Amino acid sequence: MSIRGRIAIIGAAETTELGRIPHLSAIGLHADAARNAIADAGIAKSDIDGIACAGQSPVAVAQYLGITPSYVDGTSVGGCSFMLHVRHAAAAIDAGMCEMVLVTHGESGKSRVGMAGFGGGGDGSLQGQFEVPYGPTGPPTMFPIGVLRYMKELGLTHEQLASVAVVQREWAAQNPRAMMRDLVTVDDVLSSRMVAYPMHLLECCLVTDGGGAVIVTSAERARAMDLPNPPVYLMGTGESSETPMVSQMEDFTTSKAFRVAGAKAFAEAGISHADVDHLMIYDAFAHLPIYGLEDLGFVGRGEAGAFIAEGNTKPGGSLPLNTNGGGLSYTHTGMYGMFAIQESVRQVRGTAAAQVPNVKISIAHGVGGMFAASGTLVLTNQEL
Amino acid sequence: MDLTAPSERDEGAEVTTTPSKAVPRPTPETQPFWDGCAAGELRLQRCSSCDAHYFPPRPFCPTCLSDQVTWETASGRGTLHTYVINHRAAPGFEAPYAIAVVQLDEGPRMMSNIVGIENTPENLELDMALEVTFEPRGDMMLPVFQPASTGGGQ
Ligand SMILES: [Zn+2]
Repeated sequence: MSIRGRIAIIGAAETTELGRIPHLSAIGLHADAARNAIADAGIAKSDIDGIACAGQSPVAVAQYLGITPSYVDGTSVGGCSFMLHVRHAAAAIDAGMCEMVLVTHGESGKSRVGMAGFGGGGDGSLQGQFEVPYGPTGPPTMFPIGVLRYMKELGLTHEQLASVAVVQREWAAQNPRAMMRDLVTVDDVLSSRMVAYPMHLLECCLVTDGGGAVIVTSAERARAMDLPNPPVYLMGTGESSETPMVSQMEDFTTSKAFRVAGAKAFAEAGISHADVDHLMIYDAFAHLPIYGLEDLGFVGRGEAGAFIAEGNTKPGGSLPLNTNGGGLSYTHTGMYGMFAIQESVRQVRGTAAAQVPNVKISIAHGVGGMFAASGTLVLTNQEL
Repeated sequence: MDLTAPSERDEGAEVTTTPSKAVPRPTPETQPFWDGCAAGELRLQRCSSCDAHYFPPRPFCPTCLSDQVTWETASGRGTLHTYVINHRAAPGFEAPYAIAVVQLDEGPRMMSNIVGIENTPENLELDMALEVTFEPRGDMMLPVFQPASTGGGQ
C-alpha cells in the first residue's frame, strides 16, 4: 500500500509579504498564508476538515481561522515538520479519516511578534546538562559542529563550502522576492564575518518573518474539482529522526535521518536519481546541501562539495538546487521547510521566479533541529 | 532546523544578561554522573550484556534495552573529534572559544570545552589527544578537556 499518485497538493502560497513584517504576529502569518493558499486552490474554507502546523498549536490556528477540524496534527520536529504534516495528511486522507487538510507555517523570526516560547527542555534536559553548559549560542554555533570532521575525512575545502552560498545567490538574483540578490564571490563569503569557525556569516541562513501554507486532498477529488492551478501529485514521502543532541550524532559526516527519509521517499516514488528534475535541500547553513546531496544519493560520499563548486547545481546546471535562493538568500523564518515545499510546487507548476525548464519531478527535503529529524517529499505534475 | 532562537544575523540580539555560565541541573537518572564529576571522576555507564559504554546517562542500555547496567569510572582520555569556534559568547564566556565533541576512549562521545590551550584552528587539530579535567560551575563540577599531558602513561 502506498500513497503514490493518490494524493495532491491543490493549493500552495506564502505570506503576502516576506522579510520584515512587524504588523503581523506569528499566528497572523499562519492565517495570511492560509488565506492565500485557500484562494490559490479556489476552495471554500468549509471544504477544509483537517489542520496541521508547527510553532503555533494547530488548535489555536484552527480556532483563529474559524475551522472545526476532524483531523489535527501538531507534529513539531523543527523546520521539516511540514514535510511530515503533508505525509501524515496523505495517510489520513487515503485512510478516509478526513478529506482536505490545511498545513500552515508562520513565524515572526525577525520581528518576534507574538512568538510562542520554545520548550527546549530547560537546564534539567539532557541538552541542558550535557550541551548548553559548554557555551553554544544558537544554531550557528551547534549545527555546523561536524563540518571540520567532514572536511578532514572527506576532503571538503573552505572554498567549496563557500561556493554553496555563491551558487544559491545566483538563483536568488533571479528572484524578486529573495531578500539577498546581489551576486557574491567565494572571496566575499570567506571574508564575511566569522560566526562560528569554520562558518562565515554568508554561510549562515537569514532571519526573517514569513509563512506559507499548502492544501492537501486526494488525487481523485482534485481531478473532480475545477482548480485554478494544476494539482501537484505526491509520488513518495519519507521521514525519520536521529537525536535532539547534535553531539550524539552517530557520524558527523552524514545524517542518518536524511538517509532513512530519503530512501523511503525514493522507494515509494519508484524513481531513480536521474528522474529528478529539480531539488530543494533545506539550507540552514552551507553544509546542509552537501550532506543532503550525498545522503539522498545524488552523488557519492565526499563528492558534493566539488559537485556544487563545479556548477552542477547553479542556473543551467544538471541538477538545479535551491532555486528560490534558499535559506541563505531567499528567506529563513526559523522553520524554513514550508518554503522548500512552496518552491518545489512552483517549479512543477511552472510558475517559479527562476523557473527550470520542463520540471516533471521535484524533491523537497527538509531537516528538523540540528540533524535531529528529516522529511522528504517527491512531487510531480504527472498523473500516476 | 528550528531557529526559533534569535540567530547570528539577528543584529542587536547580543547577550547582555547575567554573566554566569549555564549550570546543569541533574535528574535522578544523571545524578551519579554529576556525583562522579564532584569526586573528580568521569563516570560512564556500561551495559553488562553488550559490554559497551554509552552516554548520555539513562537507566537502561540504548542498544538492547537491558537494565543490567553499571556505573564505571572512565579513563578520562579521548581525542578531539570535531568542533566549532564560537565567536559570539554565551553568558559568562569570553569569545572566541571552541565547542567541541570529544571521542572518549571508551567509545561514547560528549560535548565539551577545551582548556589549557588557546582555542585557535591551528592549535586545535582533529584527533589530538585530550584528557578530562573539571571546572567549577555553580555548585557543580563540569567535565572539560585539556591536551593530554606528554608521557602521561599512568
Ligand atoms: Zn546492551
